[in-house]
Amino acid sequence: MSILIDETTRLLVQGITGKEGAFHTLRNRAYGTNVVAGVTPGKGGQDVDGIPVYETVAEAVDATGADTSLIFVPARFAADALYEAAGSGLELLVLVTEGIPVLDMVSAVGYLRGTSSVLLGGNCPGLISPGKANVGIIPGEICMRGSVGLISRSGTLTYQIVHELTQRGIGQSTCVGMGGDPVHGIGFVDALRRFEADPETESVVVIGEIGGSDEEQAAAFISQEMTKPVVAYVAGLSAPAGKRMGHAGAIVTGSSGTARAKVDAFEAAGVRVGRNPTEVAALVAA
Amino acid sequence: MDLYEHQGKEIFAHHGISLPPAAVAETPEEARRAAERFGGRAAVKVQVQIGGRGKGGGIVLARSPEEAEEAARGMFERGFGGMAVTRVLVESLVEIASEFYAALTLDRSRGTYIAMVSSKGGVDVEEIARTDPDAIRRVPVDPRIGLKAYQVRYLTGHLPEEARRGTASLLPKLYDVLIASDATLVEVNPMALLRDGSVIPLDAKVTVDDNALSRQPEVAALRSSFPVDPTQARANEKGLQYVKLDGEVGIIGNGAGLVMSTLDVVTQAGGRPANFLDVGGGASAEMMATSLEVVLSDPAVRSVMVNIFGGITRGEVVARGLLDALERVDADMPIVVRLDGTNAEEGRRILKEAANPRIVPASTMLEAADRAVELARISPDGVHG
Repeated sequence: MSILIDETTRLLVQGITGKEGAFHTLRNRAYGTNVVAGVTPGKGGQDVDGIPVYETVAEAVDATGADTSLIFVPARFAADALYEAAGSGLELLVLVTEGIPVLDMVSAVGYLRGTSSVLLGGNCPGLISPGKANVGIIPGEICMRGSVGLISRSGTLTYQIVHELTQRGIGQSTCVGMGGDPVHGIGFVDALRRFEADPETESVVVIGEIGGSDEEQAAAFISQEMTKPVVAYVAGLSAPAGKRMGHAGAIVTGSSGTARAKVDAFEAAGVRVGRNPTEVAALVAA
Repeated sequence: MDLYEHQGKEIFAHHGISLPPAAVAETPEEARRAAERFGGRAAVKVQVQIGGRGKGGGIVLARSPEEAEEAARGMFERGFGGMAVTRVLVESLVEIASEFYAALTLDRSRGTYIAMVSSKGGVDVEEIARTDPDAIRRVPVDPRIGLKAYQVRYLTGHLPEEARRGTASLLPKLYDVLIASDATLVEVNPMALLRDGSVIPLDAKVTVDDNALSRQPEVAALRSSFPVDPTQARANEKGLQYVKLDGEVGIIGNGAGLVMSTLDVVTQAGGRPANFLDVGGGASAEMMATSLEVVLSDPAVRSVMVNIFGGITRGEVVARGLLDALERVDADMPIVVRLDGTNAEEGRRILKEAANPRIVPASTMLEAADRAVELARISPDGVHG
């Protein structure tokens, strides 16, 4: 097992004919992911290195039975791509596109709650279940199949920590990059719940950073519902305090959003916190 | 993008919100003339992109045009919160009966907007949130259906009778500002009930979503009024995220999280980061070269740590970019380079073959931080040795 994707995943790529879309689609396929279709309006009937391209998601799903979508469309079309994918009943939508307006995401996330589709991202590197499937832009060669689940708000920092784990011979069940945008799909709590239920996952690494209150919510969930051990890392302990406009953000979250506050919340929940990526891997190995 | 108060209020006015008469002044004399027009007495308010003006002396109630001129002069000369001040808002005084607080913002944890009204206004609304949470009513707002009348009734239900109608008429307009301007924050503190029974914003804090600026050309144009640091502007022009800090170890990395983590390990190694610089994904040789130029333009920098984990970014491109930059930049400080990920071995080989004496290879992130901190202590001018 693993979470969200595995060897049975049938992947469709929205925006497959773009430069980035085509590049990563072929990398994902080379990794072993079953890429069954692509969609680019105006390019239906073409193919990308043998992968058929359709005009609409509905046609692609009809023809190929795709169940997961990887989305590379430009930011201004991103919300529409989500609506289209959800409308065809795709189970998992992985939105790599960055720079999507918050208003578009608030509307789309609200809409998706009423559907059976689950969103990861936007502005995220995607996810990988090592040895089974890679959906997104995480470099597959740094990963190794194993039993550590990983969920992160960051991209390259995730690679760094995965790399440190792999170098110690510690493999991963699934590595999930949730992205750093304020309004996003799957978050820490959702991923932790899935890892807790996944028989292959034995422990979990949570990688947070300054801002928002995702880490504080993760800490509360861990103390109440997780039985598997969790190791955390929070980037930005030495970041200078940002300038603040108003009070509304602090009133909504009840948190200062600093790395220190997040580390304290994790430690109060009994989570071991590494001070740097190397220490995180050491704690997982311990 | 955080707007000045007067810019927020100009957007408010476009949406039919009543405001006290006011004028922007860019010199003390303009401030005096504005105060004269408002009958002599006026509030002089510093225009900056941060909060805390009330407590920090950024708002002065002037009793005469001369006092207004004097207050403005002080603001221009001293700046505010370490920021340069180029304009103040001179606002006609109003007869305040009582003060409240209203805000519309993002609720990140719910993935939606939230509207809030506090029956207690003034400076310390966060303190009120902690000590008297019932004073603040909040409702989630779904932009697909908008702010509804029943929500407004709830939000204003705990206000004194005489303030409800005015607030109920103001809130939908503030919501219009939020959506029409792609804002992530519209905060009014204080929101004042005047003696004439009307409810108006005395302040406006508006933050606009940077991702939406391309479809908000009028708001985006306001950017030209904000002070810019020339180094930062140059970095941003090239698509680099650069923030100047106070230390002596220059930092270059790829990805915000990894760069933040790099600042942390340098601090843990006993050094002080001179900057935050994220070259982003898929950095080209040209971008690496520009990054190095930007970091080295800070005279406080004594050593540089380059920390690249290649995903899309390729190691050999980073290596060539660094060597190319060293041809162009007159740098005499050590540059500690740690490369991992895609084509890292190739990158390390290129650096080794070039045998540039200023490049110090490191095999791990922690080793690189230790070396960079150590080398920063041995400064080229010998002062820090």
